[in-house]
Amino acid sequence: MKETVRITGPAGEPDPTLDELLVEVARGDQDAFASVYDAVCGPVLGLVRSVLRDPAQSEEVAQEVLVEVWRTAARFRPDRGGAMAWVMTLAHRRAVDRVRSAQAASDREYRAALLDHTPAFDSVTEQVEARLEREQVRRCMGGLTEVQRQSVTLAYYRGLTYREVAELLSLPLGTAKTRLRDGLIRLRDCLGVAS
Amino acid sequence: MSVADLHTLTGAYAVDALDGPEREDFERHLAVCAPCRDEVRELTATAARLGPAASAAPPPGMREEVLRRVATVRQEPPRARPPAGFPGSPVSPASTVGGAGRPRRRTRLVLAACLASAVALGGVAAWQYDRARDARQSAEQAQRRADELTGLLAAPDARIAAGELPGGGSATVVVSRSRDRAAFLAARLPEPPAGKVYQLWFDDEGAMRPAGVVDASGGRAAVMMDGPVAGADGMGVTVEPEGGSAQPTSEPLAVMEFPAA
Repeated sequence: MKETVRITGPAGEPDPTLDELLVEVARGDQDAFASVYDAVCGPVLGLVRSVLRDPAQSEEVAQEVLVEVWRTAARFRPDRGGAMAWVMTLAHRRAVDRVRSAQAASDREYRAALLDHTPAFDSVTEQVEARLEREQVRRCMGGLTEVQRQSVTLAYYRGLTYREVAELLSLPLGTAKTRLRDGLIRLRDCLGVAS
Repeated sequence: MSVADLHTLTGAYAVDALDGPEREDFERHLAVCAPCRDEVRELTATAARLGPAASAAPPPGMREEVLRRVATVRQEPPRARPPAGFPGSPVSPASTVGGAGRPRRRTRLVLAACLASAVALGGVAAWQYDRARDARQSAEQAQRRADELTGLLAAPDARIAAGELPGGGSATVVVSRSRDRAAFLAARLPEPPAGKVYQLWFDDEGAMRPAGVVDASGGRAAVMMDGPVAGADGMGVTVEPEGGSAQPTSEPLAVMEFPAA
């Protein structure tokens, strides 16, 4: 008995890419938006929650981000990069805006407690695509120095300013600044983000 | 702040780690510093790649709520391209994902489709065995295979390697050392020549061990490889006469190393 699994049905057109779907969204296609929603909702919510931590507030901001994807889809240009990156950039900016406006910047205990948290990239999901991405991100994160990794994690996944990162890690401001940049450059090369 | 200092803020800016006046200073600098804009684009695209790693399962009801809301929200019309690297134009930073990024995203989407198919296997495989077996038994078997596949994907030590096949198809292998099993997923596989099938092999340090045949009708496959992974450090795909061979009779169409544990 062969362990053969046969997927029947016409070969048909390959599934549209996320980039193609987003172009359709810009033309007002709500079905295309539903498909985009399915592809980006988990990553958007996860990233927002990683920054904001509060589940109710995270859901609210994630919804705002997704509605903004719909509203501003015409700004996305497929020739200029990937839809997922575009959406993630939007989500990160929104989450950080919220955390800086809502959270007391003087809440030192909260800030200090952040260092003890398991890095967000360890969070478990069952999606194979997320797993692929996560493995690569984890591997590349592992290639950073400890200070680079902490700087990038605190700034990106926790939404801290580089001044807060410096304070938290007891680094001179200039060092925090360069570690963030060096870390991202190393990640860029490891993840193969080409110019 | 000196110009040299401003240059090194590209990283902080890319992860939204600049606040208020400093952000404005840096944006003024960006307007006159083309290399900084390039670096900001690259590093913002890099940061964006970190995002999906933090994926979370959305709560029930959120999808309906968002879809309901967009039905009432007026979209922005297309407009002139905003300046590169500026807030409100998340278009620009992603520009660098370019050539390498696109096929990778496509692979991931296709892979997601594969996974959905794998989960939906039950019915299809049941059909396959209808004539040979009792329906109930075959349904259980199909379910077990689908469970095996999804279980393998969910194994904590499951490692995944993806690659392109000659002719434009994509192949993915999933290996779990703890389960001692591997799976092969493919999309856009070309139809094999008449009377031929695709056969999978474990690569035991150069010795090829048969791991089952794949019927690639529809160009898609999602199949558990026959037998344990054991000492295999890779796998291969060849085209073989129907029914499969004991040893490869043709040059491999593809070989893939198993990802490191």
